[in-house]
Amino acid sequence: MNPPANETLIELRNLTKTYGEGDAAFQALKGIDLTIQRGEFVALMGPSGSGKSTLMNVLGCLDTLTTGTYQYQGIAVETLTTDERSLLRRYALGFIFQGFNLLARTSSLDNVELPLLYRGVSRRDRHERAVAALTSVGLPTKLHSTPAELSGGQQQRVAIARAIVTEPSTLFADEPTGNLDSATTRDIMELLTRLNQDRGITVLMVTHDDHVAATARRTVLIKDGQIESDLVRA
Amino acid sequence: MIWNAFAIAVREISRNLTRAFLTVLGIFIGVAAIITMVTLGQGATLAVKAQISNLGNNLLTLRPGAGFGARASSAGTPHFTEKDATIIGEQIAGIAAVAPVRSALLSTIYRQNARSSTVTGTTPVYFEINKWRVAEGRLFNEVDFRSGAAVCVIGNTVRTELFGSENPVGAQIRIGKTACVVIGLLVAKGQAGMGDQDDTIIMPLSALQRRVIGKTSSHDISQISISAQDGVDSEALITELTSLMRQRRNLQRNQDNNFNVFDTRQIAETLGSTTQLMTLLLAAVAAVSLMVGGIGIMNIMLVSVTERTREIGIRLAIGATGGEVLLQFLVEAVTLSCVGGVVGILLAFGLCAGLARLIQVPFNFNLQINVVAFLFAAGVGVLFGYTPARRAARLNPIDALRHE
Repeated sequence: MNPPANETLIELRNLTKTYGEGDAAFQALKGIDLTIQRGEFVALMGPSGSGKSTLMNVLGCLDTLTTGTYQYQGIAVETLTTDERSLLRRYALGFIFQGFNLLARTSSLDNVELPLLYRGVSRRDRHERAVAALTSVGLPTKLHSTPAELSGGQQQRVAIARAIVTEPSTLFADEPTGNLDSATTRDIMELLTRLNQDRGITVLMVTHDDHVAATARRTVLIKDGQIESDLVRA
Repeated sequence: MIWNAFAIAVREISRNLTRAFLTVLGIFIGVAAIITMVTLGQGATLAVKAQISNLGNNLLTLRPGAGFGARASSAGTPHFTEKDATIIGEQIAGIAAVAPVRSALLSTIYRQNARSSTVTGTTPVYFEINKWRVAEGRLFNEVDFRSGAAVCVIGNTVRTELFGSENPVGAQIRIGKTACVVIGLLVAKGQAGMGDQDDTIIMPLSALQRRVIGKTSSHDISQISISAQDGVDSEALITELTSLMRQRRNLQRNQDNNFNVFDTRQIAETLGSTTQLMTLLLAAVAAVSLMVGGIGIMNIMLVSVTERTREIGIRLAIGATGGEVLLQFLVEAVTLSCVGGVVGILLAFGLCAGLARLIQVPFNFNLQINVVAFLFAAGVGVLFGYTPARRAARLNPIDALRHE
């Protein structure tokens, strides 16, 4: 399935993010303008402290912006309340983190069912959809394993299953392979590419690894809180 | 949504049983301690009060001599007479009964057993005033008193010493030089902080004066027992009694009383308030243990706050609202606190029943303290379980996730 062309999903105008106040204030993002179409696979790159993670957190509604506008599917995110941002995450966004962020002592199945629980999905549907998600990331045999019993690559697969079980429109991945070896990294990137191409999920990925970034068609380079370059591969 | 939060909370508790157990432990020890201590303390208070009320309610005793202590000697002070007792009964309002009492330490003999016993000579109304009841046989009555019959009733200690396990009723004992028939055995009262009340022989005053002691100053009596009517202020009664006796004894304004009035109600109130103080003290100790339990809970909650803050961050990131997360934590805290509270109440019930039997105090289930302890413990549990979560749920999800 090919993504529908020219449907704007994310639109940022002059977005800034400032931490602290007064003399201690630090401006992490200094006026970002960015437009992302539905179905794109975008890599956010840049050196440490450039603001790429901050940008992704703001885009994912995990953090708030300071000034500027942010439209997600036509919704003015900067006007949303805390709870409304939670609901936007619940119904439209999925997350993968460098540190996996699975609930400890909790089975893969329960971890993956968790977002469905907050959506009020019935017990049987939850189970079926969680099993399907875990199968699609290649872990049909690890349904009842806890994170401690899984390798890093397997934990990240569980995290991906948790992120896609709600069928989000956008998947945010913050250094998804940062803690993984190169073979596992290749597997995870193949999985993300497949999700992007087969299911049309828009993927936004923060990375500092050129090989990983090469998976994406578009690479946005951030430096000192500003966009330095924005390249789309032919 | 509540049901959902409940499901999530129960799941979360079952995944962290050690943490749940430690939380419950803190609460249930606190609850059990406070209920047990207060219940037993109240049982002890009841026991003391019951023993004191055995002495006789509203009982005043008029005795010669200035009072207790150094001036207590009654040597040289005039005794009372039967006439005093009669006049008190006639002239002072609010009195239920008056009994003249003469006591003497006399040798008592039954077959080969002999001992010295306090023998009390009095009128039949004395039994009522001092709440003596008969266990076997009968008490002496007005007829026995008028005729000066040589009969007596004995206390349980005298019976044990003289008769062993034999039935004393109908037996003849020798009091001083006089033969006397035992017509009744008194119900035992036990020790009541005033010596052994059951070491006593009671007989008609007339018989004691005429037959046992002989003619010498035969109308003197050593004390007068008075019972007040219910609801009568004993202070006022004592004042009236004192002025009447001063008048009858011709005391001048500058002379001290050469008699004193002993009020059992005052003693009862003093002892009662002392045991109540003890109960309060126990409750305070128990409250401290409840606080320690609460601090234990707080400790566990704070230790797990890093992990839990990250958990909150994860839940927020995947779409939970702050309210939903808080509700989950509230349900968790309430569930653990209630389980702890109920277990504590059950443990306290067992402890109270067992210990009350062991230290021989009555066990009365006190609903009030159970409810108070439960609510307090649950409050502590909820407060300490919920407050750390409240701060975390207000964070931006990314700050909660990065919490170290």
